[in-house]
Amino acid sequence: MRIIPFIVSSLITIALVFALNKKWGSIPAIGKFLSPQQGFWQNAQSIDGNKNETLSFKDLRGKLSVYLDERLVPHVFAQFDEDAYFAQGYLHAKYRLFQMELQTFAAAGRISEHLGNAPGFINFDREQRRSGMVYGAENALKAIESDPVSKKVCDAYTAGVNAYINSLTESSLPVEYKLLGFKPEPWSNMKIALFLKQMSKTLAGYDNDLENTLSKPGLSFDDLMQLNKQVPDSLVPIIPKGTVFGTPGIVPVKPANADSLYFNKTDTAQVIQYSKPNPINGSNNWVVSGQKTSSGAPILCNDPHLELTFPSVWYEMQITTPNVNVYGVSFPGSPNVIIGFNDNIAWGVTNAQRDVKDYYEIQFRDESRKEYLLNGNWVSTHLKIDTIKVKGGPAIYDTVAFTVFGPVIYDRSFSKRLSNNKAIALRWTAHDESNEGLTFYKLNRAKNYDEYLDAIKTFSCPGQNIVFASKQGDIAIWQQGKFPARWYGQGMYVMPGTDSSYQWQGFIPQNENPHAHMDSGFLQSANQRPVDSTYPYFIPGNYITPRGVSIARNLSSMQGITVEDMKALQTNYYSVFAESAMAMLLKYVDRNALDAEGKKYLDIVRNWDFYTTPNSIATTVYQTWFDSLEVSIWRDEWNKDSLAMPYPAEQTLLEWINKDSAFKYVDNINTPEKETLKEVVTAALQKSIPELMEQQSAGKIEWTKHKDPTIYHLLRNSVMPFSRKIPVGGWSNVINAVTTSHGPSWRMIVQLTEPIEAYGVYPGGQDGNPSSKFYDNFVETWAEGKYYRLWFMKETENQDKRIIATLTFTKS
Amino acid sequence: MKFILALLLTATLCFLAGLRLEWWSIAIVSFLVALLIPQKIGGAFVSGFVGVFILWATLAIWIDSRNGNMMSYKIAELFKLGGSSVLLILVTALIGGLVGGFAAMAGSSLRPLPKLRRY
Repeated sequence: MRIIPFIVSSLITIALVFALNKKWGSIPAIGKFLSPQQGFWQNAQSIDGNKNETLSFKDLRGKLSVYLDERLVPHVFAQFDEDAYFAQGYLHAKYRLFQMELQTFAAAGRISEHLGNAPGFINFDREQRRSGMVYGAENALKAIESDPVSKKVCDAYTAGVNAYINSLTESSLPVEYKLLGFKPEPWSNMKIALFLKQMSKTLAGYDNDLENTLSKPGLSFDDLMQLNKQVPDSLVPIIPKGTVFGTPGIVPVKPANADSLYFNKTDTAQVIQYSKPNPINGSNNWVVSGQKTSSGAPILCNDPHLELTFPSVWYEMQITTPNVNVYGVSFPGSPNVIIGFNDNIAWGVTNAQRDVKDYYEIQFRDESRKEYLLNGNWVSTHLKIDTIKVKGGPAIYDTVAFTVFGPVIYDRSFSKRLSNNKAIALRWTAHDESNEGLTFYKLNRAKNYDEYLDAIKTFSCPGQNIVFASKQGDIAIWQQGKFPARWYGQGMYVMPGTDSSYQWQGFIPQNENPHAHMDSGFLQSANQRPVDSTYPYFIPGNYITPRGVSIARNLSSMQGITVEDMKALQTNYYSVFAESAMAMLLKYVDRNALDAEGKKYLDIVRNWDFYTTPNSIATTVYQTWFDSLEVSIWRDEWNKDSLAMPYPAEQTLLEWINKDSAFKYVDNINTPEKETLKEVVTAALQKSIPELMEQQSAGKIEWTKHKDPTIYHLLRNSVMPFSRKIPVGGWSNVINAVTTSHGPSWRMIVQLTEPIEAYGVYPGGQDGNPSSKFYDNFVETWAEGKYYRLWFMKETENQDKRIIATLTFTKS
Repeated sequence: MKFILALLLTATLCFLAGLRLEWWSIAIVSFLVALLIPQKIGGAFVSGFVGVFILWATLAIWIDSRNGNMMSYKIAELFKLGGSSVLLILVTALIGGLVGGFAAMAGSSLRPLPKLRRY
């Protein structure tokens, strides 16, 4: 025995193992991560490996087979519904577990627990919890648990997810867990509820109430409404113009003191939000009746616009049992098919964009936050202590006060801008007990319009435009959700929380939600205001006008429509907004006032056909020019009054200029002279020339190179090799609405012939594993504007050569 | 001969241990093999190093070829290895080899000293 060599080599070995088994900052435990038997190598799948599996679980009731086709789309065939949802949970977990967990961690405000001790993560988590995400999910869970059908479906789904989680070993953990160094925790029905709340935040969580409040007194209420024009001139509403609306079932009454305590009150507490959803989360859907199609059957189209990520928010699948036969896309994290078709109907959704969030200024009695002033009395709050675990740091305890309005989202402990006893409480429809999953459960089984209506009428939040077509030939759309009935101006600003008369006085009755049901023509929705000015309610929202105009213009002139026509329309790059904006720009630009370079770019854009194609140079010139114009028009006023809200919608700007070229914002208030629109438009182009020249010399003048669209992995910049660039054109105001990392997250076309003919594609792949050939195999097809024919499989076809693997589940 | 035996035993037993145990079982296995088979300390280091190196390199190459380099390319990009699967395999094998080598050295040095020849 040799003591010295033993001690030295033992110490080196122990130190090596220790160092290589530990995560250093963002670097994973190297030894563990690189080990071919435990680390990332274990995630590298064999390309042509046999994927057949026989699995046995005690929770199953009967026969259950899953056929994976050549695109890895599972076709689930079960004898019992519960078994089908078990399989759905199992498949979601098998292919998308990390995504499911990350999304529900985000929903529950548990990002710091897993991603680390950074102020950004902690503020995000606190805001999530204080905005009532968990509170809302707890209420949703109550609704799920009290409905026997929903409970059965969710229990089976959760059991399926957990069956997969329990089968995992250290070596079979998805690679993201290995990179970040944590393990999945058990799934639960609460997580299904949390996932749906995260969708509510994404789609019904955007508003500018706080920013509007900050804009007082610089901007009067009339100014604000002028800049938030409720009914744009060019609006083509979802519900055809001329539709007669009945007498409103509820007429909310404006409090008598609203002028002094609300509209003209300038010392309301001021706060800013940490995390706001993307305002362009939107979508297109439309349906044409058989009268307008070449087959004589209706065609339904839908493309929801969301953040484009790896893995995709969607997972395609078919579910077949004796009670249901449905195909479409599902959300990993939730049972049922969300957008799709069955043997009788097809449906699709777009976002309603309605404002369903309001804020109230709370007056606490003292710093304890135990009491607040309401109608002249001190009323008790309900205090809840939240524990936020922090990776690599001590846990944070956050006390949240609940009021009659809702949770106190901002107070002195969370926003330094607030004085000791002032706070802001949030009222949001996402807090209320509701069961959105049941709508999809019923839609999956609906056979006709009545069953569709029965399915959707309890849907509360996020408000959606749910489009419908049936084999019987009828088409329909409902803007469905639980929407507060507001008096004019209610909720544009933070409201007094000391007076209960500012509470919502009720909701618009469900049957008064905008809707249309017919046998001819077409219906469309694209996030625009749903109705014209005759609708008897005040319905503020974050509406987007141009895409609806574009869709309606195309559809109204079309006859003998085929699926190919619909593909072309869904991937259409034409910008109706640019068409009218360019008419204005060219009317006012003064060519002679431009330098030689300016003239060159003007000539490029002058001949533009308004198609935002990937290689278009004119699109880049136009967009840079228009952006520059927006800055010239708004920035001076915004800076002067320190306005926090985003600039008004481009549609609003264009319509005001077209109506009145001396629109008061045109003048630059920082200069003594009064600028004319002609000067401002010309200068806006001249100012964008240096940027255009720089882009040109950098080889980035073509539209797609300029905007550089990319699909990121959910972990964004930390795993750039898992991302992918997509050389596509389009813009958020164009039907093919791809911006930089956002756009059509699923394109679907369903022709309701016998049998149904359906097409679809999403930018991603079914398998979340970055080493799989199914990780991103749909991306190219999607980017080229092509589609897959969707295979609505019958179980008798289980010998079809398109099936690459079968998962056979048995009861153990 | 003993060197070859130690090397093969290290590789084989590390593989078997790795099927069920944590990755650092390679340290325990290399240590035990070197404790069992008499070798000079330097020889033990090399047999442990090469044994694990060959095992990890072989496994990584085999997995990588079946995967068509898709995973190794992305991880090699992530680790700033210029997307080189070969470099990533070398780094993998080197890390395993170092742990195996030093553990074997420790195991070997725990053996009783060979009897000194007297002249």
